[in-house]
Amino acid sequence: MSDALPHCVVVGAGHAAAQLCASLVQGKWPGRITVVGDEPHAPYHRPPLSKTQLTPGQAGEASGPQMIRPAAFYDDHGVTLRTGARAAAIDRDAKRVELDGGEALAYDTLVLATGSTHRRPPVKGIDLPGVYTLQTAAHAEAVRGRLAGARQVVVIGAGFIGLEVAASLRKLGVGVTVLEFADRPLARVTSAPVSAFFAALHRGHGVDLRTNTAAARITPDGDGLSVETSAGDTLPADFVVVGAGAAANDQLAGAAGLETGNGIHVDEHNRTTDPSIYAVGDCCNQFHPLYETRLRLESVQNATDQAKTAAAAIAGSPRPHVALPWFWSDQYDVKLQIAGVSTGYDDCVIRGTPEPGHAFSAWYLKDGRLLAVDAVNDARAYAVGSKIIPTGGCPDAKLIADPATAPKDLIASARQAAD
Amino acid sequence: MPKVTYITPRGDEVVVDNAEGTLMHAAVENQVEGIDGDCGGVCSCATCHVHVDPAWADKVGPATEAEEGMLELEDDVAPTSRLGCQVKLTPELDGVVVRVVGR
Repeated sequence: MSDALPHCVVVGAGHAAAQLCASLVQGKWPGRITVVGDEPHAPYHRPPLSKTQLTPGQAGEASGPQMIRPAAFYDDHGVTLRTGARAAAIDRDAKRVELDGGEALAYDTLVLATGSTHRRPPVKGIDLPGVYTLQTAAHAEAVRGRLAGARQVVVIGAGFIGLEVAASLRKLGVGVTVLEFADRPLARVTSAPVSAFFAALHRGHGVDLRTNTAAARITPDGDGLSVETSAGDTLPADFVVVGAGAAANDQLAGAAGLETGNGIHVDEHNRTTDPSIYAVGDCCNQFHPLYETRLRLESVQNATDQAKTAAAAIAGSPRPHVALPWFWSDQYDVKLQIAGVSTGYDDCVIRGTPEPGHAFSAWYLKDGRLLAVDAVNDARAYAVGSKIIPTGGCPDAKLIADPATAPKDLIASARQAAD
Repeated sequence: MPKVTYITPRGDEVVVDNAEGTLMHAAVENQVEGIDGDCGGVCSCATCHVHVDPAWADKVGPATEAEEGMLELEDDVAPTSRLGCQVKLTPELDGVVVRVVGR
């Protein structure tokens, strides 16, 4: 391979890195690509870590990470995967990434796809062995290794990961207590009716969900742990799983003098304040034209779409990032699909019956615009929302609330409102 | 294990012998253009949309409620549209032909 070819170095080997490689390859970008990742794996699907990866054997799920692209993809297209390697510093003047161990990789274009790191709240004992986060395949493997004979597990945090873990463990018959310091599950990401649905769903499956309750202290207890709650109760646990949000991995960028603040700041082409350096996925923070605010999103969709945006710019055919954010979560037999971002809504319209056993959706409105739709076992509502949100329109609230209104009539109503 | 023929959006025929898993998994594993499987196969992203060859539609079966919901507003939906991740490859599907929609 000639050194004259431009060299793109990607730091991080998750969803965004995999898509960046795929998009550069599909766009027939003529350069060389090197991906540096600190895990021992090629890019793999992360969402299953809290779901099917914990319940292998069910529904024929294989154990071990599910690869995003086969190994042959990287080989066939000359992508060098440097797994088990960690980037230590960026020398922007010399255009080099320094790796742990002293090696340096020269780049023409650098893409930071460093992801985010799960938070461990400041609780005494939070770093004890047996307290897990579910960030990596290795973490899922460790949790899986503790499942045999496990009877009682404490989950700290009733966000998506915490609730998905609770659902996976209940499927296996393990007792689960979920501690949530807010007054409802998913408080940060959804409305009270949707939170109430998920609380009822989990309690109906035997989860001991305790809201307004934090973990106060974790102590070793025989082979397991003991968790003291802020309410003064003591819960025995074979192990503990923490799902308490995540923080952007923007330290490498910050140390190199790039603009950061809740993630690496990027423009509409995912370019950082250094034109040779891009940032994509969980680690970056970008102005979203639809919501007219900066967003830092943690999702597969965001990683994938931002990687496409960066790849287009790198390949010389830039297209500004406008993708609609979307997200999903699977818990028991419930699929939650979210289109858009509901932050700042002033009206929430419920369509259907928000109780376990029913399909329903929550529609978030603000100033005559549809911001987001949370759809529970209702792919149609999700699909309709996805069509309407980017138009800036909004269907009549009465039509939304009537489950008999056909999708095409909701779209027509939104179009009228926008005209 | 069944043989699957994918017709890519460009019109190329890609034949996968001994296809395993689902129509989506086998396509990703064999780098069939136009099938991304971004969500990993949980019927959430619709990046594995295919039109089943009408001759195979009965054997493959109709779309589930969730697939229909995801697909019915798409411009390129067809009577035999399926999401590849929801079609498990069984021996009965040996020889199946699908057209990849792509984006």
